[in-house]
Amino acid sequence: MESIKCELPLPRFMMSKTDGEIRFGNPAELHGTKVQIPYLITEKNTFKRMDDEDKQQETQSPTMSPLASPPSSPPHYQRVPLSHGYSKLRSSTEQMHPAPYEARQPLVQPEGASSGGPGAKPPRHQASLIRSFSVEREPQDNNSNYLDEPWRITEEQREYYVNQFRSLQPDPSSFISGSVAKNFFTKSKLSIPELSYIWELSDADCDGALTLPEFCAAFHLIVARKNGYPLPEGLPPTLQPEYLQAAFPKPKWECALFDSYSESTPANQQPRDLSRMEKLSIKDMADFPVPTQDVTGDDKQALKSTVDEALPKDMSEDPATPKDSNNLKARPRSRSYSSTSIEEAMKRGEDPPTPPPRPQKTHSRASSLDLNKVFQPSVPATKSGLLPPPPALPPRPCPSQSEQASEAELHSQLNRAPSQAAESSPTKKDIPYSQPPSKPIRRKFRPENQATENQEPSPTVGGPAVATVKPHPTVQKQSSRQKKAIQTAIRKNKEANAVLARLNSELQQQLKEVHQERIALENQLEQLRPVTVL
Amino acid sequence: MAVCVAVIAKENYPLYIRSVPTENELKFHYMVHTSLDVVDEKISAMGKALVDQRELYLGLLYPTEDYKVYGYVTNSRVKFVMVVDSSNTALRDNEIRSMFRKLHNSYTDVMCNPFYNPGDRIQSRTFDSMVTSMMIQVC
Repeated sequence: MESIKCELPLPRFMMSKTDGEIRFGNPAELHGTKVQIPYLITEKNTFKRMDDEDKQQETQSPTMSPLASPPSSPPHYQRVPLSHGYSKLRSSTEQMHPAPYEARQPLVQPEGASSGGPGAKPPRHQASLIRSFSVEREPQDNNSNYLDEPWRITEEQREYYVNQFRSLQPDPSSFISGSVAKNFFTKSKLSIPELSYIWELSDADCDGALTLPEFCAAFHLIVARKNGYPLPEGLPPTLQPEYLQAAFPKPKWECALFDSYSESTPANQQPRDLSRMEKLSIKDMADFPVPTQDVTGDDKQALKSTVDEALPKDMSEDPATPKDSNNLKARPRSRSYSSTSIEEAMKRGEDPPTPPPRPQKTHSRASSLDLNKVFQPSVPATKSGLLPPPPALPPRPCPSQSEQASEAELHSQLNRAPSQAAESSPTKKDIPYSQPPSKPIRRKFRPENQATENQEPSPTVGGPAVATVKPHPTVQKQSSRQKKAIQTAIRKNKEANAVLARLNSELQQQLKEVHQERIALENQLEQLRPVTVL
Repeated sequence: MAVCVAVIAKENYPLYIRSVPTENELKFHYMVHTSLDVVDEKISAMGKALVDQRELYLGLLYPTEDYKVYGYVTNSRVKFVMVVDSSNTALRDNEIRSMFRKLHNSYTDVMCNPFYNPGDRIQSRTFDSMVTSMMIQVC
């Protein structure tokens, strides 16, 4: 939050920014400080007070010392509906009294000195926010921020918001329910009417829950409000959910990725993690027929989640309504459920970019196979999907086609090529392949170097393979890699198959149950009908 | 265009009431208050009929010389009362219905806000602006 505050301030907040910087310097103090508790208790956030404070401060000289008042005195900060929990932090930074209340005062003084007024509140806001949100951020001078407008969310802020979102709701593609969000935002110590208004602005679809962009917008508005910005009449264009989604798609994916890996969200049934989607999409595409298998109810959700993950991101927009919907409210945005998702997956052969280990754009399949792929640039080819490459592999392993095979190999096994080496590299590889063993040697060095640079496990595998193959024709190298790639792909496809099969059986069981319920209800209706006819 | 719009809670206390400012607002408040009896009468007149069989729009509650009062009740017994000027003959029933529908939608949006406690006065700016759009523009 601190950083956010720093970023947000308009010119008049410059001073606060410095304060913020100071403050940020000691974010750690906030966390453990117990002083905050008394602040919370004693804090009184009222707009009225703010106004009074504003007047007071404005009338006073910049070096005013509202601080002189005893700690228990109401805050004289301008627009400070925030608690003084921060004060402790500030005090440390500004070498003020450790006492929470007193800390405020010293803080105010420097602020007053610098700007004489408006800046006071940002520190406080930040303090309280820090207290409540406990975020450490580097203060940054965001000239761009207040040159553009205060409603633009920077990357850092967004990251922070996303982290906070995740702390409330592990699945970044899902919603935060109204009550959870209410509790969370109440910690910001803004007044209820203000929070209510902020919610009105940010909950664009008025569904009583916040998605990630909505949450970011709300959070940003809160931060801005704490920094003293008046709330806008309408949601600024840079805070619109569509804009936010478009502006920051990647972090969303990344978050989704981490979440998907770290947590299964059975309760949600909406893990639309792109990473998984990418992985499984390939498998889905490869073999979709789902053999019927029995699955327990517990597994169902897990399966569903995996299936959902397998779906392309677009599916997340499907309005499919799950039978065993979680606590999420049924909404048009509700994530697709396994039944629809399967259909969708079948329809979509898309292979969204895989963000598994974040720094690398690795593809799930055969990622561990090829050294070359480490530096093989044919990223576009690989990125387009694992699908294209695999089919191409089998026909390749021929000495006569070594050149082509090498290309294919590079392409197919280049899943991970995080660095977009030039696409010309494959061509370069081709040339070495077709040439006498001296070239392969060179290539071998290259992969090894790059592998180590990228710290990928695959290089180790590829290394010995390469070493052994080195004296032999490149064809064998290619074929071995291809085999590994194929085997990996087969294995993964089988896994996906099994998952989908179990899911299918589970769903069919549910369907049967629902049918039975329906029949029972219809019977009841028939029985009751004669009664109502009077 | 309405002259006065009121949202009454189930317990018959106002959640939101707003009139055209030039008039004597107390008069409108009184009219709304007396209209509650009529609303209750209409609701109970359904008898055995289930709640969902009752239409939400109640129609003209009662006319006076200068004004007509229309009513609308939601399934949660929240009442919307609208007072329109009798001289405004161009206002048709359909328009009144659409105005109530808009009111209901806005009210639902207010409800969706987790910071709104049911039973509080409605302070939503969105709701305000929507009602303003429905009220007569007094020059």
